[in-house]
Amino acid sequence: MHPSAIRKPSLRLIGGATALATSLSLVACGGGGGGAPTASGGGDATGGNFDGEVKVGILHSRSGTMAISENTVAEAELMAIDEINKAGGVAIDGKKLKIVPIEEDGASDWPTFAEKSKKLIDQDKVAVVFGGWTSASRKAMLPVYESKDAFLYYPIQYEGQECSKNIFYTGATPNQQAEPAVEWLLKNKGKDFFLVGSDYVYPRTANTIIKEQLKAQGGKLVGEDYLPLGNTEVAPIIAKIKQALPKGGVIVNTLNGDSNVAFFKQMKAAGITPANGYAIMSFSIAEEEIAAIGPEYLEGTYAAWNFFQSLDTPASKKFTADFKAKYGAQRVTNDPAEAAYTMVYLWKLGAEKANSVDDNKVRDALPGVSFDAPEGKVTVQPNHHIEKLVLIGEVQKDGMFKILENKGFVKPVAWNQFVPETKGYTCDHTQKRPDAGKFKL
Amino acid sequence: MTALFDTLFNGLAIGSVLMLTALGLAVVFGLMGVINMAHGELMMLGAYTTFVVQNLLKSGPLQALFPIYILLSIPIAFLVSGLVGLLLEKTVIRRLYGRPLETLLATWGVSLILQQFVRSVSTAFFLGLLAAVALGLLAPRFTPAALWRQRWTPLLKVGNWILALIVGIALGSLLGEQRALHQPWFSARNIDVTAPEWLRGSIDLGGVTMPTARLFILALTALALVGVNWFLQKSAWGIRIRAVTQNRSMSSCLGIPTETVDALTFFVGSGLAGIAGVAVSLLGSVGPNLGGNYIVLAFMVVVLGGLGKLWGTVVAAFVLGILDYVIGSGSLLLLWPSMPAALNGVISFFATTSMAKVLVFVLIMVFLQFRPAGMFPQKGRMVEA
Repeated sequence: MHPSAIRKPSLRLIGGATALATSLSLVACGGGGGGAPTASGGGDATGGNFDGEVKVGILHSRSGTMAISENTVAEAELMAIDEINKAGGVAIDGKKLKIVPIEEDGASDWPTFAEKSKKLIDQDKVAVVFGGWTSASRKAMLPVYESKDAFLYYPIQYEGQECSKNIFYTGATPNQQAEPAVEWLLKNKGKDFFLVGSDYVYPRTANTIIKEQLKAQGGKLVGEDYLPLGNTEVAPIIAKIKQALPKGGVIVNTLNGDSNVAFFKQMKAAGITPANGYAIMSFSIAEEEIAAIGPEYLEGTYAAWNFFQSLDTPASKKFTADFKAKYGAQRVTNDPAEAAYTMVYLWKLGAEKANSVDDNKVRDALPGVSFDAPEGKVTVQPNHHIEKLVLIGEVQKDGMFKILENKGFVKPVAWNQFVPETKGYTCDHTQKRPDAGKFKL
Repeated sequence: MTALFDTLFNGLAIGSVLMLTALGLAVVFGLMGVINMAHGELMMLGAYTTFVVQNLLKSGPLQALFPIYILLSIPIAFLVSGLVGLLLEKTVIRRLYGRPLETLLATWGVSLILQQFVRSVSTAFFLGLLAAVALGLLAPRFTPAALWRQRWTPLLKVGNWILALIVGIALGSLLGEQRALHQPWFSARNIDVTAPEWLRGSIDLGGVTMPTARLFILALTALALVGVNWFLQKSAWGIRIRAVTQNRSMSSCLGIPTETVDALTFFVGSGLAGIAGVAVSLLGSVGPNLGGNYIVLAFMVVVLGGLGKLWGTVVAAFVLGILDYVIGSGSLLLLWPSMPAALNGVISFFATTSMAKVLVFVLIMVFLQFRPAGMFPQKGRMVEA
């Protein structure tokens, strides 16, 4: 376009640009490494007398769009490993094994999760992998673990409708989060529901379940809409909500990531607020996300989780205090971090019960194992999920939750009983049958 | 009637965001033909500037200015993004004029660097970077001039930069030992720009709720548009810019400093991206990836409007905004309640946000099949390609 301006790029420029670029990336790496405390360093300080080591993989997005959320989860896992090592490691056959975490970065890219899983299993020969956040990443990893008959521990609440022999789920299934929340809304807040979600597997499946539940329990669906991940233009959705619910009603929000910020900011501006009669329930907003969105936009909205930082029990307080002591006083704990912390301990207890770190033996030993988690005593169920405490909370001015209802511990249901396609199906990995993951009762 | 007004307002509101994000690109891409993939990141810098201004005014001696911090951020964001754009032009783009493919790749690389920069910048990092750049630039001045006129001087220069880089990294990691200096300024997590009180509410007018933040963006867009139009049509430099756009060699012959004009054009276009950043910080979250959400839409608006035509960009932005809203909200169903069932079905099918996007893209593709140069193609003697 500007022929006269074409010049030979001088060597100086190329040299300068490369120097600048590398200096940026190198300093970045140097900085990052210095900041993140690693578990192995902490373990060395106290436990000098281990009889061996056991390698475990930690696979979360430490970069990219999911890093905000997944960093906390990885940190909670490293904290659990650190604590176990300080207390003498994993006791197998009278020997004390030190847990050595091998960290990989899933980079918020689903195929990378699968690739890094292969690396951890084949190259590093880890005993187990703790990892994943989005359902998309789990779905990408699933075939790897099934084909290699390895074991993945997944700590996030998810949409259910899955029950793999090779995955162990410590997050909530819909009947431990979405369903009780909808029930609570129906009882206390109204019958007219508007569903908003991000456009991917979790919100769509969760909303399918909620729609069936509304049919069964006398609620009414007045509208639903899905926003592409990362989209921030929510004006059409707000217009639809105002049309469908002019005088207030229930909004169930399964948006993930950045879209939430745009959603809540613009909802507030448009007057769709708790003060005007709208009950807004979110399934993906925990303490960490509240801080990012700003409590002033979320105050008075609801969330359903299995753990809140404000849960007033000694175990919960200790967990939060330990986390803050390790990672900084300004940090908060949340449900996914608690589930991640718990699953490391469950693996340790399972291995000790099996008296082996072998995948298959731990898998057989796990059902029935109990652990005093920050949320309370959890027990592993035959379907590879755990019992969870169901809590409904309201966001306060300080970004913490006030617990409105404690529904106690609820057993996990992997195959949803409201959805016609999976009604009547169950999952029980203690039964030695080929279709243990999904069979009709 | 209310429904019609509602549609119009919301369509304009969406369109104004598109307009503002595309305005800078209309200058850089439309007039100069530079495919600047880092345009979104310049917006992101504008949004971060808003955040910094907000935090500076939150407490301290200037607290009285806090309610209008958003107004103060506009010129500051313009300057910050403009200067970064200028630096980008002087160091990278200038050397790639007339090579669109290389420009595309280079600016994409720059966009990644800028994203990573805001993620990892800390005081230690910044000082290290500053030291490296200063050393790289100053070393030639403080060493015998003869050294820099040899045949092997290019090698020396590369060596000098490598040395500067090593010193910078060493300094950065040394300072990084200090916890306070190591703390990242923004970190990878998204930050929150809180709209001032007067931009959080809404105004009711004849049954239509108009959020004040949207009205503010509409006003800002109008102002930016008038400003850019005045600058290009009336000011001496604007006329020079248009002259260079139309015929570079002729302008050069007539004594217009084309290189200065290029730099200025890029500065203005980048600065406009900064203003767009201020606006979008009121709507959504501010994070390192903010730019990626807008860049494709911005290019689409400019291409649809026709390169080199500001009015084309305006019309395209508002047409897209209204289309997006009308399809996505299904408000056609309200305006025409008794429409035939078949049509009703089709419209309801597309009346979700993601499906509306699909339909809008399809419409654009069809349109560009018939009018490849956009709505208002540049007529007459074109820019040299």
